[in-house]
Amino acid sequence: MNFWTDPVNFVAQWLLGLLTGWGMPGWLASLLVQLIGVVVLVSMMMVIDIFLVWIERKVVARFQDRLGPNRVGPFGIIQPFADIIKLIIKEDITPNGADKLIYNLAPILSLMSVLLLWAIVPLAPVILGVDLNVGALYIIAAGAIGTLSIIMAAWASNNKFALLGAFRQVAVLVSFEVPMLATMLIPTILAGSMGMNEIIQSQNVWYIVLAPLAGLIFMIAAIAELGRAPFDLNEAESEIVAGYHIEYTGMKFGLFYAGELLHAFTFGGFWAILFLGGYRFFGLENLGPIVAAAILMAKALFGYWLIMWVRYTVMRIRIDHMLAFNWKFLTPLAFTLLILTALMNALLRGTSSGVYILGMLLTNVILGWIIVEILRGFSRRERERVEGPQQAVAHQ
Amino acid sequence: MTFTQIIFLITAAVILGSALMVVSTRNLVHAALWLIVTLFGVAVLYAILNASFLAVVQVVVYIGAIAILFIFAIMLTRREMLDRGPQLNRGWWLNAIIAVLTFGGLFWMLQGWSGFSKAAADFPSGYDAVGQLGKALVSPTGFVLPFEVASVLLLAALVGAVYVAFTRK
Amino acid sequence: MIPLSWYLILSAALFSIGLFGVLSRRNAVAILLGIELMLNAVNINLVSFWRYGDVSMMAGQVFAIIVFAVAASEVAVGLALVISVYRRRNTVIADEIDLMKW
Repeated sequence: MNFWTDPVNFVAQWLLGLLTGWGMPGWLASLLVQLIGVVVLVSMMMVIDIFLVWIERKVVARFQDRLGPNRVGPFGIIQPFADIIKLIIKEDITPNGADKLIYNLAPILSLMSVLLLWAIVPLAPVILGVDLNVGALYIIAAGAIGTLSIIMAAWASNNKFALLGAFRQVAVLVSFEVPMLATMLIPTILAGSMGMNEIIQSQNVWYIVLAPLAGLIFMIAAIAELGRAPFDLNEAESEIVAGYHIEYTGMKFGLFYAGELLHAFTFGGFWAILFLGGYRFFGLENLGPIVAAAILMAKALFGYWLIMWVRYTVMRIRIDHMLAFNWKFLTPLAFTLLILTALMNALLRGTSSGVYILGMLLTNVILGWIIVEILRGFSRRERERVEGPQQAVAHQ
Repeated sequence: MTFTQIIFLITAAVILGSALMVVSTRNLVHAALWLIVTLFGVAVLYAILNASFLAVVQVVVYIGAIAILFIFAIMLTRREMLDRGPQLNRGWWLNAIIAVLTFGGLFWMLQGWSGFSKAAADFPSGYDAVGQLGKALVSPTGFVLPFEVASVLLLAALVGAVYVAFTRK
Repeated sequence: MIPLSWYLILSAALFSIGLFGVLSRRNAVAILLGIELMLNAVNINLVSFWRYGDVSMMAGQVFAIIVFAVAASEVAVGLALVISVYRRRNTVIADEIDLMKW
């Protein structure tokens, strides 16, 4: 074992040897080493989070035909630090009638629910927190804690707008969890495991090729889960001012904001893991774990860029449309796809890989074509219903 | 005392303490939040018991759905945000005695059982609890019938809840 | 290693606390909270019996999952009833919902 083939375990072994050499009992030393690992992972994500602020501002500026931050440092790269200083020196206001403990706990839980997700992300075959065999469910479980933080923030703020935002957000989160879980089961079926590492290892062909519709539905559900435009009803500025974090100022708001950005990046990462082959890139990952981690980060950034692209291009939709879209369209589609994929997987198991890939792809294409036809028929009927009376008026 | 035992004792203290807060605190939203602490403690217990699937499902179902539903119901059934008046029945001390007697009775009954302080056997090598659970749930020789009955129950509850809470226009 | 008795005592205590909540709370939602505590106590028992018995018999975990389903349905219907009662009678105190009492 050397640093290049297994950096994390190499450093961990060295630290363990050092600590036991000082006369520390074995269990305390291993606990300490694991704690150090957690702290390093979390700090690394927080540092990346700081630069996500810069990336987000630069990209949104490009989408809106602006330049973005360009004054502080080269290309404005020091801008996030200026933002942080501004947030820290702002007055920290606690509203009247607020439930102090819960009010202060909510931003911490919000960021924590995102950082928890990184425990199961395999940056490389040997760089991962824990190879949980129920990884896909764990993602939903961490999301549940995020939901909780939103309700706590809204209730403790003692503000009607905050509560309205939280009601909307919870309705959205609880309903979009269903198609999300259903599409996460499709890579699980294809790989035969819920563990993230095994899902990546079995992607000799990326699952975006075998199950493109599942990738699309997962992306839509993830955007809804993140509460980003076009699904940003929880903080719709023009309707409920800022939603659940309306009363938060300074660094407490900063924690919500950081959590939101990191959440988007994390879901970009999970999308890459489940559908884009994670740290694998045509054999390039065999060069070493550090290269593999860089590949995963690049793919996660690509997913994050897709989420931003949707966010700054598509308009916000109404809450009833959004819930109807989920329950009447996305959920039935996800379950149909799940059943079809399981069926095709069982039928094509023994055949050659070419037939297998083609069969899976054809299933998706045919199902997608049927859906487009159904949607086209529906929109035609809707257009006739809306435009019918108007034409009658024009003839009079 | 081993490391696992210390973790167990801390978890047990958290579970029991927060459960006491659930039944005694005046503010019902706080009671629901204490319930979440209890449920989280139980999830940690499942993890200690090597039932990883149940630990995650506990967080998803109980914290992600049931506890959130409770908080909603509490918010929807309060005319004002303050809780006035007594939260417990007049004869609550009698109920406390009943509860203590129940605990005493259970403890006394369990103490006489021969397998009371049995230790857990190690898992057989290559044992996959999640896979076994999945197979048991859907195999005809296993528990497919209770599983299907549970799904019918969930559907009935869905329809019933919508029917009961729906306001006619 | 932790003996089985620890889990059983913990679950008995949790069950008793839940029982106290169910018997003495006045608010109907709080009574449902107590029921949740009791169901969790039952689940701890089921899972620990699975672990301490024969691990190849999955009955403990399977019935814990069925308890999850039952708890979810119970909360959905129970809270729907509470909200419905609140709309009609404007109260959720269990003592005051006494229309059927003579």
